[in-house]
Amino acid sequence: VCFIPGGLDCSISFVSHVLGKVCVHGRQKEILEVLVPRLSDLTKSDCIWQRICWRLMECVPDRWMEAVVLGFVQRAPGADVLSRLLGNLVVKNKKAQFVVTQKMLLLQYGHTTAVLQNLLGHLSLDSLRRTLLLRVLQELLETWSSSSAVKHSPAEQQLYISKAILICLSHLKEPEIESCRQELLTSMMEGMKCHLDSSLPQIRRLGMVVAESISSKINTEGPVLKFEYEEDDETRELKSLVVQTPSFIVPSLPDHDRREKAGAAPPLVPESDEKSHAPAPVMPDEESDAELDSDDDLIPYDMSEDKELKIKAPVYIRDCIEVLTGSRSEDVDKWEATVKALESLVRKNPAATREVSVELAKILLHLEEKTCIEGFVELRQRAQVAVLTTDPIPVAKYLTSQFYSLNYSLRQRMDILDVLVLAAQELSCPRFHGKTKHSGAQKPCIQLIPGSDSSKGWRRIVDERIKSKTRRFDMGQSHVEQASHPNKFNSVAGYFFFPLIQQFDRPLTTFDLLGEDHLVLGRLVHTLAILMYLAVNTVAVTAMGKALLEFVWALRFHTDSYVRQGLLSCISSLLLSVPTERILADMTEELLETQSWLGDVIEKDPDGDCRRLALQNLLLMENLKKKLEAVPS
Amino acid sequence: MALPPPDPQFVLRGTSAAVHTLHFSCGGPEPDIPLLFSGSENGFIHVWNLKTHRVDTALDGHGRKSVYYVETMGGKDRLLSQGRDQRICLWDLAEGRTSVTNSVFTEHVGFCRCSLLKVAQGRWLMAMAARSLEEVQILELPSKTSVCTLKPEVGAKLGMPMCLKLWQLSCDSQPVLLAGYEDGSVVLWNVSMGKALSQLICHQEPVMSLDFDSEKAKGISGSSEKVLSIWSLNEQQNLQVYKTHELVNAGISDITIRPDKKILATAGWDHRIRIFGWKKLKPLAVLDYHTATVHCVSFSDHGNPRERLLAAGSKDQRISVWSIYAQT
Repeated sequence: VCFIPGGLDCSISFVSHVLGKVCVHGRQKEILEVLVPRLSDLTKSDCIWQRICWRLMECVPDRWMEAVVLGFVQRAPGADVLSRLLGNLVVKNKKAQFVVTQKMLLLQYGHTTAVLQNLLGHLSLDSLRRTLLLRVLQELLETWSSSSAVKHSPAEQQLYISKAILICLSHLKEPEIESCRQELLTSMMEGMKCHLDSSLPQIRRLGMVVAESISSKINTEGPVLKFEYEEDDETRELKSLVVQTPSFIVPSLPDHDRREKAGAAPPLVPESDEKSHAPAPVMPDEESDAELDSDDDLIPYDMSEDKELKIKAPVYIRDCIEVLTGSRSEDVDKWEATVKALESLVRKNPAATREVSVELAKILLHLEEKTCIEGFVELRQRAQVAVLTTDPIPVAKYLTSQFYSLNYSLRQRMDILDVLVLAAQELSCPRFHGKTKHSGAQKPCIQLIPGSDSSKGWRRIVDERIKSKTRRFDMGQSHVEQASHPNKFNSVAGYFFFPLIQQFDRPLTTFDLLGEDHLVLGRLVHTLAILMYLAVNTVAVTAMGKALLEFVWALRFHTDSYVRQGLLSCISSLLLSVPTERILADMTEELLETQSWLGDVIEKDPDGDCRRLALQNLLLMENLKKKLEAVPS
Repeated sequence: MALPPPDPQFVLRGTSAAVHTLHFSCGGPEPDIPLLFSGSENGFIHVWNLKTHRVDTALDGHGRKSVYYVETMGGKDRLLSQGRDQRICLWDLAEGRTSVTNSVFTEHVGFCRCSLLKVAQGRWLMAMAARSLEEVQILELPSKTSVCTLKPEVGAKLGMPMCLKLWQLSCDSQPVLLAGYEDGSVVLWNVSMGKALSQLICHQEPVMSLDFDSEKAKGISGSSEKVLSIWSLNEQQNLQVYKTHELVNAGISDITIRPDKKILATAGWDHRIRIFGWKKLKPLAVLDYHTATVHCVSFSDHGNPRERLLAAGSKDQRISVWSIYAQT
């Protein structure tokens, strides 16, 4: 495409039409790959070419405008290039404006960060377009701070909107911030609230990062908002967006060469610091040689007894109880030693523990950190698990009743759930001489990181399916036959499970599972899923399965995605644990209903993890059916 | 084959409170009885008769507030004591009297022990922590006139002074003060001019105690961490780190160098007394008798070297007296 400038008054509309038609037919890539670099070179310094380019764009008919603009925005190598190519198209042309300010930002969310940078940078580069930038920011913030959007839109879209907001913020200048400071503040407060309310850690982190950035922009002096969260790649990337790097002037090389050079830019080799370290404090060695060592006539005594001082912990469980409940503040050393030693004492003295198990469980549930011990939470949890496994029935009764009692904090209720799960795991998969879990040849062990990641369930399911599908040939490979122990969880599974499931719909004054405490509900559902899974081969498993199915059915439309993920894990556990014959005998209708619900989830649920779990569940159900058909009747 | 550490020669019981400070007065000629002064948490100063191992007198002058420093001023008849009632008392104990002749109201609410230095017959300099947080005041006794106030520069952030030692190289040289502070540094002050000559960061934690050997220009400091720091003073009056020694357990409450400069003793929070050779800080013995943290150690000033003793006072209300390395 080579034009001859020189005062000729040519009509470009034909070219625009061609361009538009090609783009709309899906050939954006091919034509723009050639066109964009060429145009950006030509328009670099030549005003006439710029105007030609703008005219080109303006003449594209409206029905094809979207495809063309989209293509240009995606392909331009930088916001300044985009500005040169498009000019003020977005201001003059309604369709282009709609595409750039609404469609690409609010309705679509698949574009890369670079594309966002291009788009928003382009809006910021001209004073006419800056009003659009502000309007875009307002609309983005509205979406960001709307609680229904936070609850119902997929995580990827929320990430996209957050990125867009941060890039907009980075382009704003002081006077503009001044003018919309109040709105920024209001949106920030509302948005922060919705985000922190969510049960998904990713959403919470997004909210925190964006709120911090907004706060630092509007409060340049004085304390800014600062959250504590774990940094990861996503948060680092988000934070880097707020700092605007000035667009550099690249030497005139053809585009593809430039891109190559940028990619191959050698990482700056840090000059290895060859300087020697500062000399260590000079030890005057001369003295020891020169002078007569008159210290030699002082003969040292035997110092082998000189060891680190250790405070002795009590040796009897009842002494431990006394120390932990005592209020004498002098004995803090003893208190610390007791807390550290408690778990092993409990395990070594099961008979003594059984006498005082409920009391000990009560003390541990209410135990607060008196001094600063490392790993206090873990120590307490392990002691609780030890007590629970030593005397399961009374302690489980106690803990489950306390879960639904008044005046406990959410943290304590979730601790109860964690302890129940850990103890159930220990009871059902006994450890040999306290060593690590048995090898993966056995049942795949659940990685219990309580509450952190809900999608471990699908991994279990996949493992299980793989295991069931691979035929193992016995090659006489000697692996140690692990001695079998009776499954201790069998007799107590019901005590762990049923009390938790019974009272979920009765709200208390301080605790409303179905209301605002949906985080605890999510954890409860996950706990039930794990307990169900661990109850495989126990006597109560069918009854548990039925109860769980009813429970899931009642809650299946819950708005919180974390809860829904838990419900789907419950279904998986159920399908894996309850023997196939029993499922088909006792739960046929419910299963069919569940199947149709799962189909619905796959199609309509906004959360990606939920959809995946539902798919796994349906596949498991298919498997079941096939298994039954395969059995010769 | 190393011998097991010796047992205490005797143990003094009867203070009924934790012992915070000890001071021997055994240098007098015969027929003077060797005495040990001890200050306790219940505000009493007990005067122990080292021949009978019993309390001869109990002095009550600090309103039942803990006494954390005692020292004699030129003989056993004049005693100085410092307590948590913010007072320093001067006692007259001659001929059986037990009266406070003078007192200084320091307004210091911390635990910093004052330091005495005899500059002339009947005249002493005393360094003490004052009312203001970082300052050290030097007074002349018995006139109680202020000689100077040593203030660290603004922004130095040294914290409270924790321990003090006044010394002079010889009778006619300038008195200087070594002060250990809360931030772990030791500062050398020139008293007459009232300015700091050198500062050295010895520890990461507050300096709990220090002692100095003016002949070798070497000093040692202990802190609440596991490290003992030995530093030296060069000709330009600059402090430099000489050596550090790592202990088994953290926390030192008191350090003292024996008058013959051969050994030193440390009182530890781990209930143990450690003896080191002073020359190279060779560990010599660990005396494990007490059942609670040892607050103070003190060497006696016996004229006869064979009779020399080491005393240690502890939170377990006992004073252990040892005879160790007395033969050298």
